[in-house]
Amino acid sequence: MLALTIYLTFLGVLVLTLLPRTAVNAARCVALSTAVAGFAVSLGVAAFYNADASAVAMINVPWIKSLGIHYHLEFDGISMTLVLLNGLAAVTGILFSWNIQNRTKEFFAFFLALIGGVYGVFLSFDAFLLFVFYEIAIIPKYFLIAIWGSTRKEYGAMKLVLYSFVGSAMVLVGLIAAYVVAHAQTGVYTFDLNALARVKFPISFQMWAFPLVFVGFGILAGLWPFHTWAPTGHVAAPTAASMLLAGVVMKLGAYGCLRVAMTLFPLGLSRWASPHLGFGSWQDVFAVLAVTGIVYGALVALVQRDFKFVIGYSSVSHMGFVLLGLMTLSLTGLTGAVLQMFSHGIIAGLLFAVVGRMVYDRTHTRDFANLEGMGLSQAIPFAAVTFVIAGVASMGLPGFSGFVAELQVLIGAWSSYPTLTLLCGIGILVGIAYTLRAIQKAFFADTTVAANVSPPLNELAAHSHSHPHALEPISLPERIAAMILIATTLVIGLYPRLLLDFIVPALGSPLFDGLRKGGLQ
Amino acid sequence: MSYLELFKLVVPETILVVAVLVVLAVDLLVMREQPVRYRLLLGGAITCMGCVAAFLWLGGSQLQANFPDGAGLLVVDPLTNLVKQVVLALTVFTVVLSLDSHFTEHVGEYFALLLLATLGMMFLISSEDVLMIFLSLELLSLSLYILTAFNKRNIRSAEAALKYFLFGGMAAAFTLFGLSLLYGLTGATNLHQIADALKGTAVKSHFIDPLLVLALVMVVAGFGFKIAAVPFHLWAPDAYQGAPTPSAALIASGSKVASFFILAKVMMLGFAGVEGSGAWRNFASGWVPLLTVVALGSMVVGNLVAIVQSSVRRLLAYSAIAQGGYMLLAIIAHDPQTFPSLLYYVATYGLTIVGAFGVVAVVEENAGDDHLAAFAGLSRRSPVLSFCMLIFMLSLAGIPPLAGFFGKFYLFTTALNADPQHFGLLWLVLLAIGLSAVSLYYYLMVLKQIYVAEPAAHGPVVAVPFASQVALTLLALGVVVLGCAPSLLLDTFQAAIRLAGS
Repeated sequence: MLALTIYLTFLGVLVLTLLPRTAVNAARCVALSTAVAGFAVSLGVAAFYNADASAVAMINVPWIKSLGIHYHLEFDGISMTLVLLNGLAAVTGILFSWNIQNRTKEFFAFFLALIGGVYGVFLSFDAFLLFVFYEIAIIPKYFLIAIWGSTRKEYGAMKLVLYSFVGSAMVLVGLIAAYVVAHAQTGVYTFDLNALARVKFPISFQMWAFPLVFVGFGILAGLWPFHTWAPTGHVAAPTAASMLLAGVVMKLGAYGCLRVAMTLFPLGLSRWASPHLGFGSWQDVFAVLAVTGIVYGALVALVQRDFKFVIGYSSVSHMGFVLLGLMTLSLTGLTGAVLQMFSHGIIAGLLFAVVGRMVYDRTHTRDFANLEGMGLSQAIPFAAVTFVIAGVASMGLPGFSGFVAELQVLIGAWSSYPTLTLLCGIGILVGIAYTLRAIQKAFFADTTVAANVSPPLNELAAHSHSHPHALEPISLPERIAAMILIATTLVIGLYPRLLLDFIVPALGSPLFDGLRKGGLQ
Repeated sequence: MSYLELFKLVVPETILVVAVLVVLAVDLLVMREQPVRYRLLLGGAITCMGCVAAFLWLGGSQLQANFPDGAGLLVVDPLTNLVKQVVLALTVFTVVLSLDSHFTEHVGEYFALLLLATLGMMFLISSEDVLMIFLSLELLSLSLYILTAFNKRNIRSAEAALKYFLFGGMAAAFTLFGLSLLYGLTGATNLHQIADALKGTAVKSHFIDPLLVLALVMVVAGFGFKIAAVPFHLWAPDAYQGAPTPSAALIASGSKVASFFILAKVMMLGFAGVEGSGAWRNFASGWVPLLTVVALGSMVVGNLVAIVQSSVRRLLAYSAIAQGGYMLLAIIAHDPQTFPSLLYYVATYGLTIVGAFGVVAVVEENAGDDHLAAFAGLSRRSPVLSFCMLIFMLSLAGIPPLAGFFGKFYLFTTALNADPQHFGLLWLVLLAIGLSAVSLYYYLMVLKQIYVAEPAAHGPVVAVPFASQVALTLLALGVVVLGCAPSLLLDTFQAAIRLAGS
């Protein structure tokens, strides 16, 4: 049933490509109805989903028989959570791009192709199929950014695509190696994730295959120091694409780390015979990198002049929590990591929507120096309120989803890495600082002060101050989409069991047996 | 074996020879005074009919023979039949793409040479005897030299042909020298007998005769030229750029299929037992390390130099060099999977590159040259053509679900699977996959022009000739279908290999 999300989305792509170029409204409606249909399907399945420990198989037929490759779709609670996230991101992303005028139908076709690929990744239980969908999701990003983006769009697009592709190349080597070794051991060619997770790979093999695949997926998850594609890509992308990039695509990486790297090669996380450079295992290495990402992302976000770069770096910081959660290897930490994937997807989507759609599309600037003089809190109060709510959620205030997720990650991390957890505290504090700074500079700056500080902007400031309503008002699709996202983060924040009931049993499934024996408590 | 039986074995080749004669006669005797357009159509039709007839015959043929009495002058089995079919199909597409070209008035000669080149490929595929291999290679090469020079109005065409010819002549001399050394060493020209003779010496002494090494180097140099592998690649960019587009397409597709097939055969059958090793820090002398060095050079040079090209044809040439490097990986692995993975890769690569050249030809016809800028905004001037190019470029880059992706995947799996205990070729595979990430950059540069760049000042709608449109759509569809359902082709290859082996 859930497989319908994939088929419906690609059907939407097909219909869009066949539409005439001038049918702008039809293209929007097709795109929206496709996204809504996909989301409705996933909601429906989620409502009736009995989250016991076993995954639900949907289809498993031989695809390339002689190589043991199957077309195998299956889902468990983790997939379910992320499919819901993807559905939400698709619907709200389309609502936020309602104003795209230039080559509308192509925009939505690429957008839906990306969405379809992401659905596919979350639902594949055959490593080959997962990889195929993973790569399908790469190419539309290039065109979305290079055609409809802003600020060094071609550079940002190419950088993002090459980073993703290098990452997937590393993953491919690891997967092929696992496939070959598994055949040498069991005599069966298979890419089935469940079967591969049962294979006892030699520890010497896992020790190099694990970091290879983990870093390969980690690149897309914004693993420091391979994160540099993220800020430039997010900034260059059009609103809907940044929402998807930060909201969903970065989760693809984290999902791959968890679903493929950690389940296939759990022994890669065990301790080395002797420590190197103070690190005792790959677990230590990646935990330190994750925390570095948290602190570094937050500090860099603090000094940005471009509104969107603040959000871009905050994404790197928040994705650090996901990776730290994975590296705790405790049930609490892993649960927190998956919840953080969902939560950050919603919050980052909202933040990017405010910056890209509500502010930039109207003011055509994202420079704090310019925004300070515009009195945006009066010109577009809805945007200001939305951003404050999103900012508060992003800081991790109780009542919002970010709090539950990050708290769980930190609790999980406390037992294994107390020092690192303290460092995360710094990251959270700086996070509050940059969010407040952004809120203040963008929306609530004292316009008279700003005018004095920067004389060249005097005229512009005075102009927009005297006509606070010169900006186009926030449109209905924007309001609806913002409401959906705010409601989601509140609901999950107040009643996280909705998702925890999916995630916790999934982490107890046989797929994670190896990980459990390797240290998962 | 009676002549009748022998004739039965070479029916497809005979059909092509008849087609050569017919196309020449019809064009020179009957169509002389007609407009070039009609001559092209009729000549193309005759050529296609010849190819299709041979294709169908091969499809229905159950014959299996090794003439004369296992000496390998003419080997007919399901595998060679299948590879010949691939070559014929590629020729047909090349012919269709040349129907709308304007580079020559010597229509009859042009199609006759196209057919002769194909004939050379077919004999090449069928031979397991070094003499026969050399003769077929020469038939193929000589036809291709002339085809490259066929555009008499373009100085680049002549230059490219001269370069191709001079390099080719040298390479042929090298090959012949290598083969004669080999004959001196083993006293045989049949690949199996050569291998048997070599095995005797190699096993005895645990050390390879220096003369054999010399012969190996010479043979690899000769074939390296044919497949445009570094450092024997210098002719390729010029030939791809200067040659008329259909000729370039044939050089890049059909000729590659035949050359790779026979290279794999020569190495794996003829030099069985003197493989050596190309494992990381564990090189041992033999032909594997030789090919490893050549593959390494091709992948690195091809991919890096392609980045800076501004002419799309030259870009395709360097990308072809790089792709040749990947394909060598399958031969280096020398494992039962070599043939299916190599053939799948090279066949789908052939389809893709013919398509890419088809698109270049249409754009060139409209814009006057093949620079990247000529493709600017093509997506708004000709959406279907652009979409075909999107598929071809992404397939070459190895993006799923296109044929190029599965080809690469299977190739790399074969390379790793050859030695699952030590992963001796892991370093080469890592390098290949890493460089294929580099290659995405330049393929995307082409697509960027097509989809992102604005069309130059109200550029006109690009008129795509009907025949090209149909051929390109079919090719693009083929690339997608073979990518989504690789079993279609793969199972056929594997079945043919099983039958041929038994």
